Amino acid sequence: MTAGIGLGVVVGYLIAALAIGLVAYRITESTAEDYYLANRSIGTLVLLFTTFATLLSAFTFFGGPNLAYAAGPEWLVVMGTLDGVLFAVLWYVVGYKQWLIGERHGYVTLGEMLGDRFGSRGLRGLVAGVSLLWLFPYVMLQQMGAGEALVGLTGGAVPYWGGAALVTAFMIAYVTLAGMRGVAWTDTIQGLFMLSIVWIAAAWVVSAVGGVGAATGSMLTARPEFGSFGGGVYTPGFIVSTAITIAFGVTMFPQINQRFFVADSSAVLKRSFALWPVLVLLLFLPAFLLGAWAAGMPIDVPEGANVLPVVLNAYTPTWFAALVIAGAMAAMMSSSDSMLLSGSSYFTRDLYRPFVNPDASASREAWTARLGVVVFATLAFLASLLRPGTLIEVGDTAFSGFALLSLPVICALYRDRTTRDGMAVGIAVPQAVYLLVVLSSVLPLVPTLPRTVAVAGTGGWDVALGLMLLSLALTVVVSRLTAPTADGDASRFAVAGD
Amino acid sequence: MWVPTFAVLVAFAVPWPLWGVDRVVAGLPVWIWWHVGWLGLSALAFRAFVRSGAWERGMGLDAEKRNAGEGDCGPDAATDGGPDTVIDGCERR
Repeated sequence: MTAGIGLGVVVGYLIAALAIGLVAYRITESTAEDYYLANRSIGTLVLLFTTFATLLSAFTFFGGPNLAYAAGPEWLVVMGTLDGVLFAVLWYVVGYKQWLIGERHGYVTLGEMLGDRFGSRGLRGLVAGVSLLWLFPYVMLQQMGAGEALVGLTGGAVPYWGGAALVTAFMIAYVTLAGMRGVAWTDTIQGLFMLSIVWIAAAWVVSAVGGVGAATGSMLTARPEFGSFGGGVYTPGFIVSTAITIAFGVTMFPQINQRFFVADSSAVLKRSFALWPVLVLLLFLPAFLLGAWAAGMPIDVPEGANVLPVVLNAYTPTWFAALVIAGAMAAMMSSSDSMLLSGSSYFTRDLYRPFVNPDASASREAWTARLGVVVFATLAFLASLLRPGTLIEVGDTAFSGFALLSLPVICALYRDRTTRDGMAVGIAVPQAVYLLVVLSSVLPLVPTLPRTVAVAGTGGWDVALGLMLLSLALTVVVSRLTAPTADGDASRFAVAGD
Repeated sequence: MWVPTFAVLVAFAVPWPLWGVDRVVAGLPVWIWWHVGWLGLSALAFRAFVRSGAWERGMGLDAEKRNAGEGDCGPDAATDGGPDTVIDGCERR
């Protein structure tokens, strides 16, 4: 019965979100620029929330609280540092520069921008291919999160695959029906909704257990080590490498990177930048603390379930718990849509059109994009059934993969001397190595390569961090050794003068 | 001046000096308060960065011109010599 109410609220909410997307779709023009970038006309509030909404993923709502529950509230510090401060700085360094360049030349994707700068179709395809590769585990992460959320909410009445399938179906329906404008508007509404409801949820649970002091008190009784900073999995190596790889990775995410092109003026970027740390904190604080406090609550978290739905079910009425989960799932769906949408633009503009069918008509291109989304989401769904790791592990793999792209891109943005070959080597080599490391842990054929390197006294450091340095070194050194190609044009990235 | 400021903001968003400290203040571990306060401080610093005009200077742009060009169709918003699709800057604003 309660499982029925929960499921009813979730499905109802997802349908309502789909309806909003459809309304937005109806007022959309049918050009590519509008479909992908909403005609570069996004204002502060919408830009802020549509970027913010990308944080509203299974990684934040379910992965984060799960980790805080298992290992302690330090996750708040890791995420706050990387997203609130480091990402904000990169927002300026990468985002503003890209916005200036994109505004001048009308670029829609990262690959397009780099391909044009270096006069290289191959580089364009490489960047798009690499991005799609790492987008795959991140989409998978959303499906895993949704599956586990419904297990937690319904006490196992809805199986894991059912929840994952439900969110996949909605994702496909949504992205094939609405473009960027639809996604941007639902992102804003859902962002505001989630921000308020997560605070209401925290207040509700805290008052039920007797206040903040009591919640922390029982957490410390159950897990005394949660009170002191550091310890357990939170070694300096873990904190620094996670913060750096995720923050750099986030800037290269197709849906985030594409956001850098959509602001309607630089004032929008500036205002978003100054508000960012506070907004990030407002979301993470209640979500992760609920996870950590749950360690001291008399609740039973079933195997393979997320902790947040279980806590809500125990301390709030079913309809409210279902509303929070529905909101989280809708937000995840919306951010998955942004990803799939950006991914499909990478696919059609940087791979399909340049390499397969340069003369494709606009409608053929649109259909290819939609077909691509369906295939991609379905494959990710199938892979998510295998559950290759925890939400944080899968997410971290995706972030690290993108992070390896970031330093060569920053080189391209700021160093005129960067050459096509430098970019190609700086991107391809570290990516190949990292892919090998990741695959070796999934496939039984090859011996598992270590994911971390232990340094005395500071714990394990992610190999991706070393590979980031390698990507930087290769880009700079190979650029020095090779001459710029005739088709390259550094002046395309100039932003001042003319 | 802003480069070291940002470096410090990023580095100490993690409460390193409180490593291993387990004091609870006002219901939460004290290092959580450090982090909360630090992010608030970062937001203020970012605001100062934007207001000081360093936002434009950092990219080699002339702040005065840029701000004047905002909102209307300044000379810098207009054209570009490249063969790409150039969408008129003014229409977008």
